[in-house]
Amino acid sequence: MPVATAPASSALTLTGNRLPRWAPWASVAGSALVAWGVLVLTGEHTATTVAALTALLHAVALTSVSRYVEGPRRATDRLATTLVTVAFLLALVPLVSLLWTVVSRGAVLFSGTFLTTDMVGVFGDMTSGGVAHAIVGTLMVTLTATLISVPIGLLTAIYLVEYGRGPLAKGITFFVDVMTGIPSIVAGLFAFALFTLLMGPAYRSGLMGAVALAVLMTPVVIRSVEEMLRLVPNELREASYALGVPKWLTILKVVLRTSVAGIVTGVMLAIARVIGETAPLLITVGMITRTNWDVFEGRMATLPVFAYSQYQQGGVGVDRAWAAALTLILIVMLLNLVARGISRAFRPKTGR
Amino acid sequence: MSKRIDVENLDVYYGDFLAVEGVSMAIEPRSVTALIGPSGCGKSTFLRTLNRMHEVIPGARVEGRAVMDGQDLYAPEVDPVQVRRQVGMVFQRPNPFPTMSIADNVLAGVRLNNKRISKGDAADTVERSLRGANLWNEVKDRLDKPGSSLSGGQQQRLCIARAIAVEPQVLLMDEPCSALDPISTLAIEDLMSELKNDYTIVIVTHNMQQAARVSDRTAFFNIAGTGQPGKLIEMADTPTMFSSPSVPATEDYISGRFG
Ligand SMILES: Nc1ncnc2c1ncn2[C@@H]1O[C@H](COP(=O)(O)OP(=O)(O)O)[C@@H](O)[C@H]1O
Ligand SMILES: [Mg+2]
Repeated sequence: MPVATAPASSALTLTGNRLPRWAPWASVAGSALVAWGVLVLTGEHTATTVAALTALLHAVALTSVSRYVEGPRRATDRLATTLVTVAFLLALVPLVSLLWTVVSRGAVLFSGTFLTTDMVGVFGDMTSGGVAHAIVGTLMVTLTATLISVPIGLLTAIYLVEYGRGPLAKGITFFVDVMTGIPSIVAGLFAFALFTLLMGPAYRSGLMGAVALAVLMTPVVIRSVEEMLRLVPNELREASYALGVPKWLTILKVVLRTSVAGIVTGVMLAIARVIGETAPLLITVGMITRTNWDVFEGRMATLPVFAYSQYQQGGVGVDRAWAAALTLILIVMLLNLVARGISRAFRPKTGR
Repeated sequence: MSKRIDVENLDVYYGDFLAVEGVSMAIEPRSVTALIGPSGCGKSTFLRTLNRMHEVIPGARVEGRAVMDGQDLYAPEVDPVQVRRQVGMVFQRPNPFPTMSIADNVLAGVRLNNKRISKGDAADTVERSLRGANLWNEVKDRLDKPGSSLSGGQQQRLCIARAIAVEPQVLLMDEPCSALDPISTLAIEDLMSELKNDYTIVIVTHNMQQAARVSDRTAFFNIAGTGQPGKLIEMADTPTMFSSPSVPATEDYISGRFG
């Protein structure tokens, strides 16, 4: 049997021994079989222990066989591949299990009626009622927050990238970094205090929640738009200036136009960041049972707060909470799809 | 449609660093002026002062005068945006706008400035400029395709078309062929000898043969050492410069003995 040759003698050969393509799979299957057998014998066979022992055996077996047949460089490569794959699978576990839990538990009450009715006249153990009012509330509050934070964020980012020099720009960057770390409850208390000062203690409205969310959203928007604007090559700005285009038009029609796709994605990420916020909305917009379209007046139901309060009620409320969570995830996915469509339509054209 | 520029005693600074010192030269209308010299001697820096493009770099400033047909380009009342509309520029790396079609790239000077233009006028401008840049026959069937779908040489000619579409008086070119293959280079050199009938052209090049082929006058810049300012060593008609330069350093550079 040919053995891995020493580097000195293989200096002139360009070929080497390789394991067949099915070798890793065979190793996985073999390791799984052995792991299962051993653990059954010791009486400790759970999915977790079998998976962990399989991974360990596979890493050891594949690496040593590969070292013997293919030599140390390929063996190291195989070990690294195994580690990366295991890390990836580990990262996938919570994600998949979360999605699975939400979908399976949310499916109990989730239906067309659930999406289109509100909670007016729903008491005790009644399984009727739905989240129509909370969907409206979440969309209105998030939309208002977006309307507040996107202009501020966009203009700040433009200032930082295109104009900002010296201490002012440094100061803004510093405070943006600090703001990124603000706990959401602090943003909620800030909005609460602000509106208590302006409108009196009894005032509640969607706007209040929107301001709280905007405080959380703005730094994310600034950061991501800043990144996108910095990606626009300076050559394009210079090409525009050289045509006698003033700076503001260059920013508007070249810099922003070239980076819209990325900006849309960044704004989407910022929205996804705040759309599930519960604490700030709990203390600002509260909860009601019917649909409120007016962001300037009155409490508003929102999906996260709805899920929270239903879960606290227990009983059928728990099912409602899961269905509301499922609705929220679906909304975020839908928004993501829309954003992808938009950024695809605007992204720089390449190819023939 | 072309103007002369007289530069008098021009110094260019990046912050405190004096990059180019004491340049005086006359740039004749309807001719090609070539700027040659080793890397870092300030050719690009000097070229960019002729349409005030240096001002987009923070801290860059000039002292001295550059007079275009009697008007000092640096006079306080002069608007740099207006200067750039009269003095166009083509860069070393082709830089078409990636979000625009070929036709829109040619019309960029109009479109980006929010000027209204009728469909017929737009089509005329596109055809005239692309013909002027020797690109029309290659792209006339795909004017609505993105500018980035062209080859490097075609993109550079698209950039030239874009520059001449706004009908400038002067065209500055900073090593326009250094990223191109010999055939595209030849196409652009041919183009320059046509364009000089209408425009004043200033070109920076590292290629001696190119300077000899296309230019009417040649200016040689040199630098005493790193950190030292670049200076104009001598300027003369191209045949004179290449046959009997008056400064030994010029001859060394042209004959390839240094640089
Ligand atoms: N943006 C800039 N900021 C500071 N110094 C610069 C900048 N651009 C060029 N320089 C300096 O100016 C000098 C001339 O550079 P440049 O004009 O690019 O030379 P060339 O085009 O002849 O190769 C060099 O020393 C270079 O380091
Ligand atoms: Mg240069």
